[in-house]
Amino acid sequence: MAVLVDEGYQTHPTVQHRFFPYAQNGGTVVAVAGEDFSVVGCDTRLSEGYSILSRDVSKVRKMTKSGLLGCVGFHGDVLTLTKMLDAKMKQYKHTHGKDMSCEAMAQMLSSTLYYRRFFPYWVYNMVAGIDNNGKGCVFSYDPVGSYERETYRACGSASAIIQPLLDNQLGYKNQSNANPAPLTRDRVRTMVRDIFAAASERDIYTGDEVEISVIDANGIDTQRFPLRSD
Amino acid sequence: MAGMYTTHMHLPRMVDMKEKVAEFWQEEASLSQPRKHTLQPIVTGTSVLGIKCRDGVVVAADTLGSYGSLARFRDISRLMKVNDSTIIGGFGDYADFQFIMKLLEQQTIDDNVVGDGVYRDAPSIHNWLRCVLYNRRSKMNPLWNTIVVAGRDFAGKPYLGYVDKIGVSFTDKSVATGFGSYIAQPMMRKAMEENPNMSVEEAKRLMERCLKVLFYRDCRSLNRFQIGVVTETESSISDPISAETDWSIGANPSGYE
Amino acid sequence: MYRNQYDNDVTVWSPQGRIHQIEYAMEAVKQGAATLGIKGKNHSVLVALKRASSDLSSHQKKVIPIDDHAGISIAGLTSDARILSRFMRTECLNHRYIYGSPLSISRLVSSVGDKAQTGTQIMGRRPYGVGLLVAGVDEAGPHIYYICPSSNFYECKCMAIGARSQSARTYLERHKDEFKEVEDLGELIAHALRALRDCLPNDNELTTKNVSVGYVGRDVEFTMKDDEDVEEYLKMIEGDEKKGGSGSADPEQGAEETMETQ
Repeated sequence: MAVLVDEGYQTHPTVQHRFFPYAQNGGTVVAVAGEDFSVVGCDTRLSEGYSILSRDVSKVRKMTKSGLLGCVGFHGDVLTLTKMLDAKMKQYKHTHGKDMSCEAMAQMLSSTLYYRRFFPYWVYNMVAGIDNNGKGCVFSYDPVGSYERETYRACGSASAIIQPLLDNQLGYKNQSNANPAPLTRDRVRTMVRDIFAAASERDIYTGDEVEISVIDANGIDTQRFPLRSD
Repeated sequence: MAGMYTTHMHLPRMVDMKEKVAEFWQEEASLSQPRKHTLQPIVTGTSVLGIKCRDGVVVAADTLGSYGSLARFRDISRLMKVNDSTIIGGFGDYADFQFIMKLLEQQTIDDNVVGDGVYRDAPSIHNWLRCVLYNRRSKMNPLWNTIVVAGRDFAGKPYLGYVDKIGVSFTDKSVATGFGSYIAQPMMRKAMEENPNMSVEEAKRLMERCLKVLFYRDCRSLNRFQIGVVTETESSISDPISAETDWSIGANPSGYE
Repeated sequence: MYRNQYDNDVTVWSPQGRIHQIEYAMEAVKQGAATLGIKGKNHSVLVALKRASSDLSSHQKKVIPIDDHAGISIAGLTSDARILSRFMRTECLNHRYIYGSPLSISRLVSSVGDKAQTGTQIMGRRPYGVGLLVAGVDEAGPHIYYICPSSNFYECKCMAIGARSQSARTYLERHKDEFKEVEDLGELIAHALRALRDCLPNDNELTTKNVSVGYVGRDVEFTMKDDEDVEEYLKMIEGDEKKGGSGSADPEQGAEETMETQ
């Protein structure tokens, strides 16, 4: 809630509360696309100010059997947006008789976000899954729907901490003798787990547990690992 | 509470055209004057606490309606029994909470009138409340409440939810609003960690302890509170009760005068 | 059906206290291919006979999924069914958006009833010319409803509608008390197919081409089976004796098939 301090003539300043329709509820998502798989990690903490509202809120949703959506930011918008998307996914399935592809879902999410361009959903989204060609895919967004397909991305409260690390480790940036080896599921999963353990040391809005999902042709495999709870 | 809530889907589907037209002109007329929104809460209720246990859910709130720092109304109930499966507790503006209670009451009546035995379980009510609160915040005309939803779902499993005035909502083993989130929530989390399989009776005692500490520390609280319990078969709200307090320590500290 | 002076509009009563336009709409249901529904202990199933309006066209869709917990099968005007199914899907979607839970079947059905009723009372409109069998599961358990063009709806243990469906009803009446104890989905579908088989003319058989199956259960999302996917169910009744005979007692037998009714 924004606090306005009246600086006009007054013997003592009055503190006025004004309604602010957003909150920053924290949370971090990391997604990595491999050759024929992709990995999403997201913490389960929900915060407001210096309080932890809940230690167990999943912010990754299964949208199709090979597509996940991670959303963090203002949790009120997260809930509305995901409910809206659920309805749209079901409508698509009814009219077309099949699940939406990741590419279609990515475009649909962008349009849904842009629809509220002038009163945005304050949500940072990440779509991860398997694309039409069986390749791993990751799409990242800003809150008003501009998006791009990438191979790795961190978004949310610890993104500024994590993204440079991903650039270095997965993008081989700033390495003089880079030796890019193909990614394996286990390596990415371990890396995401370590990244969250590290991020929860520095970011108070990331912690409690990390939920890591590996998506491939066989389906979605989700595991949870503990993080700092303070 | 200007600008009535207009998206309740449970009302009869055949919308009276006259009503629609009247609504339209009301909107038009209000454009020529400044629109009045809730900018701040007036009569307020403080913390609501909720805890989920082995055989039910317990929710508690004191009976004070504060007018700023004035203890204005000392006997108002901030817990409402919605039906046999759900109790809600309201934090924040009491007028807005009364409005929400009215909506829920009407919805229950509408369901009963149909007479097909359909009722809303706690998750449904929680979800619906979130829609109401989120829609109002999106019109920049919020209902200034945080609401705790305690109950069970259709399968009979205990359910405890939280939703605030901007539509942030979640479920957890224990929830607390307002001052209680700083003082009672850590107590409840600790108690649950030590005794993860708490019974309703144990949870009630824990609530009393939390409310007592809140009464010691929260200047907008009162040592007169109600405890609501939802078990597998019924939901009930107690008459107002008080905790045994001890202020004798207040005579000891010195040197602060 | 004979014409008379009281059947020009749906708002006109006949001196006998009948509204002919509504009754004509109910006749449209009898022209559609047969479909039937049965509810068991934990499941509701729908089976339907599909027709192709000509050798050149594909078989028409008879079973339509509505939501995870509900689906319908139709007999009558397919295009009317499309409109009604879209309405039902929207109702379910809205309920899920607002309450986060599936719409109860009784509420779903009565909302369709309310919508259909307006067409039976307003001048210049017409009733929907389609009968719907609604299979669904909610907190109260499995349900089968029949929604009639007259906008009446009936909750049923089992029901058969469409051309030559009297034979199926005979089968269902004979077995109606067994169904509520049936826990096995396959057994329920076998019952339904045996009943459906009785609706066929003597020289026809149920095939993977002309049968649709839909089912839903307490822990089973609504699922539709067509073509080769119904083979396993047809196998279950392969050896059984065909009971219902020719269905010659069926007064609707002579009903004509048209392009529009399925």
